[in-house]
Amino acid sequence: MTDEMDMEEGGVVKKFMFVNRKAPYGTIYALESLEVVLISAAFEQDVSLAFVDDGVYQLMKNVNTDGIEMKSFSKTYRALEGYDIEKLYVEKESMEARGLTEDDLIVDVQVISQSEMGDLMNEQDVVLSF
Amino acid sequence: MPMVEVAGKSFEVDEEGYLTNLADWDENIAKYLAQEEKVEMGDDHWEIINFLREYYNEYQIAPAIRVLTKAVAKKLGPDKGNNKYLYELFPYGPAKQACKIAGLPKPTGCI
Repeated sequence: MTDEMDMEEGGVVKKFMFVNRKAPYGTIYALESLEVVLISAAFEQDVSLAFVDDGVYQLMKNVNTDGIEMKSFSKTYRALEGYDIEKLYVEKESMEARGLTEDDLIVDVQVISQSEMGDLMNEQDVVLSF
Repeated sequence: MPMVEVAGKSFEVDEEGYLTNLADWDENIAKYLAQEEKVEMGDDHWEIINFLREYYNEYQIAPAIRVLTKAVAKKLGPDKGNNKYLYELFPYGPAKQACKIAGLPKPTGCI
């Protein structure tokens, strides 16, 4: 009820965080998350993306999916900027555990520690995990 | 899946008439799809169609209208990167109609 009333006065902006935990291929989670994120952009919310655990692999450059006969959607992460989604956070510990550095990633991100990530999640109105 | 035949070549389309396989696209099918959408293709139309194909090639998605407008403004200037200009070219929705003619899937986030 309150939300509806606020909407009429120009819309409620909530803080949404999409948490990506899984490797990009093999399951549908990463692609589904990306599509929901792109759609959510139309609602002009405060959107941020977090990449933790195997989710950091989603942002790797030079991915070749020929062998698994799936379309690579890596390049689509580069379109996020055009959708005004510019808050991308990667968990430092997850990246290091997989031997990756920022240079391996296809987009500019903010690398933050596990505890900083926890704080960030606490600030959100909605956290969606994929 | 329905098939259409244009200039001796068969094309697979989905139930809404979007081309199923991006790589099948050529100018003949574009002209056919434009005709279906009642769009008369001029140079200005082709410019946007080619822009969309480049966008898709770079990002692997069809842009939402707001994103398309902004990207066109950046590349072709503000005279073209606005809703009025794009709706004049593609009256039934630039993202939807132009994407169809360009052989792209329906835009993600098209609500």
